[in-house]
Amino acid sequence: MQKHTISLLVDNEPGVLSRVVGLFSGRGFNIESLCVAETLDPSVSRITLVTRGDDVIAEQIKKQLNKLINVIKVYDLTGTEYVEREMALIKVQAKADYRAEILRAVDIFRGNVVDVSPTHYTVEVTGTADKLAAILSLLRPMGVKEIARTGAIALGREKK
Amino acid sequence: MAVLKEEGVDTIFGFPGGVVIDIFDELGRTDIQHVLVRHEQGAAHAADGYARAKGSVGVCLVTTGPGATNTVSGLASAYMDSIPVVVLTGQVPTALIGNDAFQEVDIVGITRPCTKHNYLVKRTDDLARVLKEAFHIARSGRPGPVLVDLPKDVTQGKARYKPLPEPRMPSYNPTYNPNIKQLRRAIDLIKEAERPVVFSGGGVILSEASKELTEFARKLHAPVTASLMGLGSFPGSDPLWLGMPGMHGTYRANMAIGACDLLIGIGVRFDDRVTGTVETFAPNAKIIHIDIDPTSISKNIPVTIPIVGDCKIALKGLNRLLREESVKIDKKSRKLWFDQIEKWKSTQPLRYEQGDVIKPQYVIEKLYELTKGKAIITTEVGQNQMWAAQYYHFDRPNCFITSGGLGCMGFGLPAAIGAQVACPDKLVVDVAGDGSIQMNIQELATAVQYRLPVKVVILNNRYLGMVRQWQELFYEKRYTATDLEQGPDFAKLAEAYGAVGLKATKPQEVVSVLKQGLESPGPAMMDFWVAREECVYPMVPAGASITEMLLA
Repeated sequence: MQKHTISLLVDNEPGVLSRVVGLFSGRGFNIESLCVAETLDPSVSRITLVTRGDDVIAEQIKKQLNKLINVIKVYDLTGTEYVEREMALIKVQAKADYRAEILRAVDIFRGNVVDVSPTHYTVEVTGTADKLAAILSLLRPMGVKEIARTGAIALGREKK
Repeated sequence: MAVLKEEGVDTIFGFPGGVVIDIFDELGRTDIQHVLVRHEQGAAHAADGYARAKGSVGVCLVTTGPGATNTVSGLASAYMDSIPVVVLTGQVPTALIGNDAFQEVDIVGITRPCTKHNYLVKRTDDLARVLKEAFHIARSGRPGPVLVDLPKDVTQGKARYKPLPEPRMPSYNPTYNPNIKQLRRAIDLIKEAERPVVFSGGGVILSEASKELTEFARKLHAPVTASLMGLGSFPGSDPLWLGMPGMHGTYRANMAIGACDLLIGIGVRFDDRVTGTVETFAPNAKIIHIDIDPTSISKNIPVTIPIVGDCKIALKGLNRLLREESVKIDKKSRKLWFDQIEKWKSTQPLRYEQGDVIKPQYVIEKLYELTKGKAIITTEVGQNQMWAAQYYHFDRPNCFITSGGLGCMGFGLPAAIGAQVACPDKLVVDVAGDGSIQMNIQELATAVQYRLPVKVVILNNRYLGMVRQWQELFYEKRYTATDLEQGPDFAKLAEAYGAVGLKATKPQEVVSVLKQGLESPGPAMMDFWVAREECVYPMVPAGASITEMLLA
């Protein structure tokens, strides 16, 4: 079951997201993550969607998405050159013993501390899913209170 | 209304309610005919039957809430069978949407997965454009139902109508013209094939490609089978005709698919009722698949040569290439193949024995003879549907109207009404079971009111016959919840509605009852008491290969 990162351009209209999501649930495909936002053209949104499936299923997913009237374009980035990023906000306990340690880890992963309280740091990190998993494994022993993650967003690389 | 007229709408099937009074009021001032049904499901099926018989878009207008939800089965049936229907539903005023207002329901949300597309119109100014798009989407590409939800204030508002150009939608561009390279590759396979089978489906009927299909099959001198939806796309009386394949297909059609070396699927979707287990479907064959919907291709069955495009254009292209390359199929080279098919046909024909009790197959055969095969046949769902498909032979397209994909009981009578409105001069017969007919029997009142002379032939076995058949064969005859012993007297019921009601209990009465019913000037219901435990054969059990049939 290969991972597929699919980027969709869709009409920016109410109900379009539920058409896309409904297609996945109705046909038994799964969604690992999903991100939506407007593009430069306010009438068009980009949905980045990560799913898993063998080649036949991936092909069927792409065809079914294309069939939706409000879907303008479907790109399967998997197997092409592309950049992919997610962001996480991690609220970690900042006990006196660990405060410096946390800051070092954040520095190594080129993250930022975006909120500070006497007891907690909130850290912002962006990167691939692997990178986020790595910093999480470092911070978890210190006591992660809450976490919020975006799904992946991705764009194809331009030819060099 | 101006848009509806422009789109060629001459009839609307509907049922009114509070929020659509304005639309009905306006409708009454046009020359568009309105057919008032007795249940909104009937309106949706009637629009479907109208669309299939006429080959154009059927329109249905209902109110909000329950009016809208009652159309859902009709939408789902039209969606599965790719039938162009536009359903207009009323909605509470925009200011009340989301308020749990009286008779409010999110019908756009409910019908999203069973329509080709749907709309909620929020401004009167958008109304004309959306209606235009709805008709365009319903009839183009792979056709399908489109629902337009109309809040009361939107239809009460005023907007000046300026004729609009044909809609241009950047995200919706169906592929009509097939790739010429793919067509050439298909021709190469065709030249090599020794045992080809042509498999035609509803797409051939929808794209009006029967003539091209017949030319193609004759050029290839290849036997033809057609799915339930494709019956009539190729003449059922032609010597190349194999009958229908699949779960209740003919022995020869299923065996031919099992043995062929090339299967050419045209406007079909390789539904599970056709394929049986997919691993053993056409195991020796290369497969060419022509369909306008890319999602149908390689969804269930991997194909050798996919061709995305309109069936008619693709078939024309193939016929032209066959001419250009002067491909001549020597009939003698097919002799072995046709000898084999003839052997299958003669050893295992469709058969039944007419004894003391009326056999349902006998009723259909007599119906075929008396109507000279020229009637439009609609069906309900179950055994009646399969016997109609097996024993009535369809020579022309748009003459067999059935809920194929969804298998929606209660479809036949309202669909017959729709077909009769579309084709007032044709004889329209609904082949029904005693179970299905009771799901929308109230539409008899519609037929009587509008003097639509539809005929209903009930194969009355006082069972939900198809489920009972499964219980007999696979559940050790435990007939749980399938006994309909206590049914109404259909002849009297028909009379109560103001139609002609007739009943036959003995084989020798069948022909005279049929004649009397078919010749009566108005709607007629004929109740045939048939052998209770008759089964539809051949039958491919669930999970078996289509060449492993249970035979009578």
